[in-house]
Amino acid sequence: MSVGLEHFLVLSALLFGVGLFMALSKRNIVGILMGIELMFNAVNVSLVAFARFLEAAERLSGQVFVVFTITVAAAEAAVALALAVAIYRRRETVDVDRINLLRW
Amino acid sequence: MEDTGSVVAFWALAVVTLGSALVTALVRDLVRAVVALVLSFLGVAGLFVLLSADFLGVAQVLIYAGAISVLIVFAIVLTPRAARDNAETSMRLPAVLLAGALAGLVIAVAVATDWGDGAREGFRETASAIGEALLSRYVLPFEVASVLLLAAMLGAIVLVRED
Amino acid sequence: MPLLAEWWDLRDLGNLVGAILEWIADRGAPAWVPYVLSGIVGIAAVLLWAILSQLAFIWIERRVLGRMQVRLGPNRVGPWGILQPLADALKVLAKEMVTPRNADRVLYWLAPIAVTVPAIVVLAVFPFAPGMLVADLNVGVLYIVAVTSTATIPVFMAGWASSNKYSLLGAMRSVAMLISYEVVQVLALLSVPVFVGSMRLLDVVGWQDRYNAWLIFLQPLSLLAFLFASAVEVNRTPSDIAEAESEIVAGYHTEYGGIRWGMFQLAEYVAGFAVAATVTTLWLGGWTLWGLEEWVPGWLIFLGKLYGSFFLFIWLRGTLPRVRIDQLMGFAWKFLLPLMLLNVLLAGVEKVVWAETDAPAGVVLPAFAVLNLALTVALVVGWGAIAGGLRPQMRPKRPLLVRDVGGIYYQPLP
Repeated sequence: MSVGLEHFLVLSALLFGVGLFMALSKRNIVGILMGIELMFNAVNVSLVAFARFLEAAERLSGQVFVVFTITVAAAEAAVALALAVAIYRRRETVDVDRINLLRW
Repeated sequence: MEDTGSVVAFWALAVVTLGSALVTALVRDLVRAVVALVLSFLGVAGLFVLLSADFLGVAQVLIYAGAISVLIVFAIVLTPRAARDNAETSMRLPAVLLAGALAGLVIAVAVATDWGDGAREGFRETASAIGEALLSRYVLPFEVASVLLLAAMLGAIVLVRED
Repeated sequence: MPLLAEWWDLRDLGNLVGAILEWIADRGAPAWVPYVLSGIVGIAAVLLWAILSQLAFIWIERRVLGRMQVRLGPNRVGPWGILQPLADALKVLAKEMVTPRNADRVLYWLAPIAVTVPAIVVLAVFPFAPGMLVADLNVGVLYIVAVTSTATIPVFMAGWASSNKYSLLGAMRSVAMLISYEVVQVLALLSVPVFVGSMRLLDVVGWQDRYNAWLIFLQPLSLLAFLFASAVEVNRTPSDIAEAESEIVAGYHTEYGGIRWGMFQLAEYVAGFAVAATVTTLWLGGWTLWGLEEWVPGWLIFLGKLYGSFFLFIWLRGTLPRVRIDQLMGFAWKFLLPLMLLNVLLAGVEKVVWAETDAPAGVVLPAFAVLNLALTVALVVGWGAIAGGLRPQMRPKRPLLVRDVGGIYYQPLP
């Protein structure tokens, strides 16, 4: 019984699916953000798995990519949560069903 | 990776990561969801270590479990009169279908592709290799990322200021 | 006499363990048995040492604090109060563990465990001697910071799950303190790998051994900042805001009694030992003592330095008053963070200058030591004057009369 690249890719796909479900269907902005972070993590796992199984040890471009993904995810989480707090201060709610001023 | 230790570690970490991700999606209370999310982050860090990315595993713990989860916690605490439930909107069923379809598609492609024999041993030490790559080959994204972080910090501060 | 690899060479107890494991492997055990056994022996030894040290230091701290405050310490429970830790442990075990009615039971139960685990896990990387460490990680320095940073969420969990608004308030103050000083701690730690060129703790000690230069002489500013930032991280005075009697009851562990509170205190002490071990390994030269480690066992030297650093924490606790939370945060962001950024920049510049000019280490390192010491004094005094004096109206030279600052206008009642 061995563990190959497919195992990590399947795990990454399932994690991405859970994250996508959360990002599409949660009522709380923080819940949506948690789904987005799960999606980021899934992508990072698949990138590192590709770097491990398919890349030569001198290149490591998969891991460098993950460094940048983590960086961008941190920046995005900070701004998204600041947005959530700012919306709360204006509208007293973080329920996405009630934040509907931009609806058609 | 055929040795028993790696196989056991992979299955244990996969169960922890996916299980806590499902707990995050399904539990009713938002703070318990955040704690399950932190556990999922730690599981992903373990997967990184299993994939010989030692620097990334430790960076994942430091950044995700140590900082981003604190950001999420602050957002929960700074919105006191909001509902702290982890409920879904009426888009629950379409979201499940879409997520399931996408995950199924990726799994089908990943399993059906022939990835080559790929019998490589793990890396020896990645921190210095990543550092050299960041400063030689990927120096432009590195500098842009630093500017991006500065912009994100300033943006977050401006958004949350009282006046 | 250089370190031998024989089992009777007690200067490195790893030889003894290695010899036993070789004997087991020669008897035909499968390959994973010595590996697992070495891990178990290492973990058990580190845990035992941490708990015994904590018991001893409960007594040492209270007696030393007492003498610093011109009073006797505990002296009732045994000769010179030696059995005081035992009495404390029995008291903690016997107290009632009250769970609040609206407490979130899972998080309430999980928080003390989740605070203790990082404090113990971080002890795995410290080299007590060349062969006496549990995990030889290539990213040891970053591992220390990463593991101590995961102790932030359990603090919030403890405050939240207590369903007590004052606990939550204390927890958020603690969390704000922890994340601010985490940044300072990481930057202070970063200057060491910049100089040494590796994040592996054995390499750091090896560098200090090879050049006969402890990093305390080359990076005094980062050591000072790291000591203070870590004192805040482990909730010791001058910043024990979570436990002080004059603060919000007891902060995030107000609602915790009995062994649960005991686990919070255990985590604080063991984290204090981890900080002292970090200081010893990274700045004070680890188990080396300029050649004395060939006579005295290296782990004794390491423990001596560790206990000396911890004594420094006790000394700070007995001397400094408690800092207010806003003073603490201002100190981190306005004073220590710019200094640490400058320090990392300085360390990088010095390393590049050394590499480019290719001068011998005996010339370059003393020059760097003198330069860094002068810069430390200049920066601390200078930046303190600048950053501290930016709001002169907060420090009036004489008492201000109300009418001089514009008076207070009372609205006439309708």
